[in-house]
Amino acid sequence: MIRALARSKGQIVATRSVLGQSTRAFTASVPRHEEVEVFVDGKSVMIEQGAAIIQACDKANVDIPRFCYHDRLAVAGNCRMCLVEVERAPKPVASCAFPVAPGMKIKTNTPLVHKAREGVMEFLLSNHPLDCPICDQGGECDLQDQSVRYGADRGRFAEFAGKRAVEDKNFGPLIRTEMTRCIHCTRCVRFANDVAGAPELGTSGRGNDMQIGMYIESMLDSEMSANVVDLCPVGALTSKPYAFTARPWELKTTESVDVMDALGSSIRVDSRGLEVMRVLPRLNEDINEEWISDKTRFAYDGLKRQRLTTPLVRRGDQFVPATWPEALELIAHQVKQTRPEEMRAVAGQHADAESMVALRDWFHRLDAETLTVEGARGDRVPAHGVDLRGNYLLNATIAGAEQADLVLLVGTNPRHEAAVLNTRLRKAYVKNGTDFALIGPETKLNYEYDHLGADLTVLDKILSGEHPFAKRLAAAQQPMIIVGSAVTEHEQAAYVYGRVAKLVAQHKDKFLRDDWNGYNVLQRAASRIAAYDIGFVPATSTASSTPAKFVYLLNADDVTAADTPKDAFVVYQGHHGDRGAHLADVILPGLAYTEKDATYVSTEGRAQMTRAAVAAPGASREDWQIIRALSEVTGKALPYDGIDGLRRRMAQIAPSLVRHDTVETPAFAELGIDVLATSTGATASAPASAPLSRHVIDNFYQTDPISRASTTMARCTAAFVEGKQAPTKHVGANAAHAAA
Amino acid sequence: MNTLRTIAGRSFRANLSRWAVRSTATRHLHATTTQRSAAIFVHRDSPDNNPNIPFAFSTENLKTVDRIIAKYPPQYKKAAIIPLLHLGQRQLGWTSISVMNEVARIVDVPPMRVYEVATFYTMFNRKPVGKYFLQVCTTTPCELCGSTRILDTIRKHLGIEVGETTKDGKFTLVEVECAGACVNAPVMAVNDDYYEDLTSDSTVKLLDALKRGEVPPAGPQSSRKNCEPIDGLTTLTTEPTGPGFGVREDL
Repeated sequence: MIRALARSKGQIVATRSVLGQSTRAFTASVPRHEEVEVFVDGKSVMIEQGAAIIQACDKANVDIPRFCYHDRLAVAGNCRMCLVEVERAPKPVASCAFPVAPGMKIKTNTPLVHKAREGVMEFLLSNHPLDCPICDQGGECDLQDQSVRYGADRGRFAEFAGKRAVEDKNFGPLIRTEMTRCIHCTRCVRFANDVAGAPELGTSGRGNDMQIGMYIESMLDSEMSANVVDLCPVGALTSKPYAFTARPWELKTTESVDVMDALGSSIRVDSRGLEVMRVLPRLNEDINEEWISDKTRFAYDGLKRQRLTTPLVRRGDQFVPATWPEALELIAHQVKQTRPEEMRAVAGQHADAESMVALRDWFHRLDAETLTVEGARGDRVPAHGVDLRGNYLLNATIAGAEQADLVLLVGTNPRHEAAVLNTRLRKAYVKNGTDFALIGPETKLNYEYDHLGADLTVLDKILSGEHPFAKRLAAAQQPMIIVGSAVTEHEQAAYVYGRVAKLVAQHKDKFLRDDWNGYNVLQRAASRIAAYDIGFVPATSTASSTPAKFVYLLNADDVTAADTPKDAFVVYQGHHGDRGAHLADVILPGLAYTEKDATYVSTEGRAQMTRAAVAAPGASREDWQIIRALSEVTGKALPYDGIDGLRRRMAQIAPSLVRHDTVETPAFAELGIDVLATSTGATASAPASAPLSRHVIDNFYQTDPISRASTTMARCTAAFVEGKQAPTKHVGANAAHAAA
Repeated sequence: MNTLRTIAGRSFRANLSRWAVRSTATRHLHATTTQRSAAIFVHRDSPDNNPNIPFAFSTENLKTVDRIIAKYPPQYKKAAIIPLLHLGQRQLGWTSISVMNEVARIVDVPPMRVYEVATFYTMFNRKPVGKYFLQVCTTTPCELCGSTRILDTIRKHLGIEVGETTKDGKFTLVEVECAGACVNAPVMAVNDDYYEDLTSDSTVKLLDALKRGEVPPAGPQSSRKNCEPIDGLTTLTTEPTGPGFGVREDL
């Protein structure tokens, strides 16, 4: 019930954000049918034809208890908890599986309904263990809540032979199973098969002996797998890393935003004291619906390990703790000795917009202009340019991606680079039969696609109409091209973006419409759009060719030796002792996303704020404040010394950074495409070949300092990437029975 | 916890027996037998049943496979799962994990979809069975006519329990629900043949014959012919009347 309430609350919020967004509202569902009037407990409700009774009841704000029904999954109708009385129906009907009819009179509060619910509940409980005190679901369990609310006040259970016992399954390092608690609602099976595209989960056996599992010994290998933990209405599937660590009523909930990928999924950070205990998804129709990826959910234990808690200074081959004034003085001393053109800033994937703006302003005050981002070719202006916002955003939006009828993926593996977007794409594939094609290395996606080759020069053949795909593109009504961040990092980036833009220009009437922009760039770094928005790119290309003497790594860990020359003085500001920190001469401890109120802009251009859930560890400080302090020490004090002043400055540079939670349709989309289509990359002759040999993410579970520090993610890597299966433990009588 | 449960169960049972002594009739509190069947709905690799053992339909059966699949529209190829599993079981004698995987491959579905079907239907034997697969019907009519006795006879004679196979691999004994031959109850199916009207003696005779490698004629093991009454016909005793019987002569 709590969950149901939360859901309805979330829906209200989501609707509001859609209304607030003046641009466009895509519907994910089938076209609307005619509305019919039904009466729920005498109250009139208008609902579209074909809807289930339970939806009418939800609309009338009448609570219907449920276990198997979930509004994002297929209807199963097997728990029977949602029984209601319908006038002139001979029996109670399962409201989730019964369509409304005009004038239907639904009663949810009659003796018949109460008795039916009590009966169903009694059957469910007859085989459910009474182990609530040791069950992790306790306190947020649908069965617990609903049995209190709707169950009978006494039991008649008199079997002394015991309850049904089911052997636990090994679902992998993320999901803990206690299959005896399972009530056979099959939500997890429907989720895995329909949403996550992991068809290995199913039901084996029949009747009372039915089991949820994989039948054979395998693990649930999907980057969205742990959503079944949220879906499970009982304690059968619980979170393994969270097991026995906290009770829901002890936790402080903070609504925040994820930074593990560039989608900005809405999350809820549950903390106790100074510790993040778990991360859960928050409902957001525009982004993640109510799913999050396993990395988003489970990388949090990395926040407690490898943390930088005090400024460190390199002495010989080791780091020694220093005080903040010492560290800042040391940096200021170096800055004063360095010529501005030899200074370089590198923004990493977890850098927030505030600190990037502060760093940019400080560098500009020092007359330094080499502002770069981490990763290959991050030290030059990206091929798509940063002048027109539409050129580097996911213009179709995450929710809009469902509407596409043809998707061309160029150099991207959305499954690993944007797992939540990938479920949208899969939804489009399942519901609308969307056609997919991929240019780039072949990969395992959970929908069918045509592999057009790993060589990016195939774009030329499509342009000229030689390639058979050109015909499909011409026939599509709502085509979508998604260019991955791997392309931006590719040597032939200019060529690829040029040809993609030409392709878009060729079918301008379909790609660029008032309600649709099919040109999309998919970023994988949470900070990247903000970096482009504020112009965190080198001013000139010559500047980047000067060897750097002073390198400022702002959360940058994806750096190479070329970025930090041997004789350069390297400052690392960040929260983890990861790759970047190893290269540093001075380390300044900053905050992770769960510890600060900071702005991140998602790949679709949505500015969102993370919220501080826990306090800063040790002597670490908020990132923008570190840079502000540094500017003071270097004698180039920034004109703002509070967060309000900084936000005003952000609004000056890029107004979109302070317009939170909305996606603004970029102006001049067509102009942007025209500029790209006439750029040097577009007009230059095609290279002999432009192979994209591998995807940018080899290991989905370890892509950033937090997930690299996480033991849970290390276990996932061992289990799913390296394929080392944890030994299965068969416990108790069942094992003996199996052996016999 | 297990110990706790056992202790609680024991004291409860002790109370119960005292109570049972006082009351006139004894009856079990639970109507169904305890089924410890968890193990049978999961697969564990074993030397004789693992995905590495290859299985392929024989050339002859491959033709049958094509014929079966042709019955269904191409987009509903998966409708052929049950008949193909059946065919696989016919060929191999039982439904191994390899049979299921092969069927999944043929009808182009994830293997789990086939496992779901194979575990749902009890007639797919997911463990090897003996040469003679004895299925004793124990549903009400057979039970009333003495199927329990038949079951006990087989158990004693072969030295196996229900669900087990003899050491020589000749016999597997299972209980089944209604075999649909109630008129000649009690009934036991040996592979595809029904042996009906069984008594303890005729069961032993039948088992011994099977042991020797003979296959006695199927059908009623009593004097009964098919499902006629055991003491001869009581109706339809005369020659059947021919065409034109009872029809007006002027027609």
